[in-house]
Amino acid sequence: MDIAFMIETIIKIVVILLVFSALAGFGTYFERKILAFMQRRLGPMHVGPYGLLQIAADGIKLFTKEDIIPTGVVAPIFKIAPVITAATAFMAAAAIPFLPEFTIFGYTVHPIVADINIGILYILGVMAIGLYGPLLGGMASNNKYSLISAARAAAVFISYEVITGLSLLAPMMMVGSLSLIDFNNYQTGGVGNWLVWSQPVAFILFWIAAFAETGRTPFHLIANDHEIIDGFGTEYSGMRWGLFFIGEYANMFFISFLISIVFLGGFGDGTFLGALALLGKVSFFFFFFLWTRAAWPDVRPDQLMWLCWKVLMPIAVLNIVITGIVMMF
Amino acid sequence: MSLEQFKDRNVGEQNYVKVDIADYPTTGWGKFKRVVDRTFKGELFVGLWVVMREMIKFDIHTVQYPKEKLPIGPRYRAVHEMLRLWESDTERCIGCGLCEKICISDCIRMDTRIDEESRKEVSEYSINLGRCIFCGYCAEVCPELAIVHGPRYENTSEQRAHYVTFEDMLTPIDVMKARAQKEFQGFGSITPHEDERVTKTPLAY
Repeated sequence: MDIAFMIETIIKIVVILLVFSALAGFGTYFERKILAFMQRRLGPMHVGPYGLLQIAADGIKLFTKEDIIPTGVVAPIFKIAPVITAATAFMAAAAIPFLPEFTIFGYTVHPIVADINIGILYILGVMAIGLYGPLLGGMASNNKYSLISAARAAAVFISYEVITGLSLLAPMMMVGSLSLIDFNNYQTGGVGNWLVWSQPVAFILFWIAAFAETGRTPFHLIANDHEIIDGFGTEYSGMRWGLFFIGEYANMFFISFLISIVFLGGFGDGTFLGALALLGKVSFFFFFFLWTRAAWPDVRPDQLMWLCWKVLMPIAVLNIVITGIVMMF
Repeated sequence: MSLEQFKDRNVGEQNYVKVDIADYPTTGWGKFKRVVDRTFKGELFVGLWVVMREMIKFDIHTVQYPKEKLPIGPRYRAVHEMLRLWESDTERCIGCGLCEKICISDCIRMDTRIDEESRKEVSEYSINLGRCIFCGYCAEVCPELAIVHGPRYENTSEQRAHYVTFEDMLTPIDVMKARAQKEFQGFGSITPHEDERVTKTPLAY
């Protein structure tokens, strides 16, 4: 392990942190604008041209707000919970190749922090740890709505971990590797080679589970505004609440990258066009998160559990069995 | 549009579409069939299409309030105005005191004196807008159509008891000279083009 490698890794980590923290801010702007347009509104318009500086205004507000620790909360756990959410979201990014490798000033850059051979397992594991953010934050908050939210978060995340794991198992069997680079290289050579054509069921299952993993609208019951205020975030203020927010949006981006790389060919051959195509796919999936929020109603917790255990899990298991039989013969 | 159409409450002839709601399934097989039906019907995509269509049409209904304002009806009762006579440009108020007398929230205060030509003249006139409930009695009782309600509905003040005085309410003389004084349309006046907007409420008694 030489010095150059360490410096390169640290630079990559810092770049990913900064880019995705900023993207989380832009994500809120796009969310407000797109939701507004879909509801015949204009969205933020007053701060800067077309409300673009709204992000800066929100950032200043979040950073300078008083950080309130209410009486009656379990302070150490209350303080650490948002850090868990944000940290696990960014830790999961370590094994995601964001772009194909490119050469700059004669130096070849791999835009992946660590190409470990158990990439997907690592990502799923770290995202599973992300459960502890809402769970601990909700339980330590001394608020009944937060507590309900924590219970729901635990139920939803643990249930849908099963779906993400099982739905990814079939593609893993076909590729024979857990590294996302190998997934990408398996699908090079055009749209016809994408895994979505040979594993459509797994693709849809994983997509559905992605909504539960990120807590987005059809499955937004973890922090449903009209039932339980802001759920686990009710008692939080200032930057601690902002960390929950950044974690959620970073998770949305990383899940979008994951779907694009695992099922939709990723960056393909690694050309410039391939990189653009990857960003386009990620943008589509991120847009879809916002789109469903404007269009679809939320489901009840019992419906969510019913969907997970009685519908999606049997289909996922069947998908694995059928994939195995097809691969055997 | 005649009044007869509004008085006719017989809605049986109109084209109402009944919503087609199937009975709740009781058997396991029925529930399963309903789940399969709903799954493959593609209703979720209808929802997606509806919001996407609205986004593409970009038919924005937002009124950017401080920059744009919606027109208000002529019956609107906001902060009072004192009008001038069209013939002589002098104020219409004759100081009779009826508005002060009728004011149910007791917010009008006026004082009069006899001027050099032995005519009654208003020397002090103020309305406490902190107490005024904008009922419109003062404008209704005024025999000279002097005090009326204007359309100015945005008021800010440093104090809760914000007063307007006679000079504040009086039509400025340059506005009067330009013949730009707006006459109050009166109680029960109809909003312009209101007929086109009126539709019949489908109530069956």
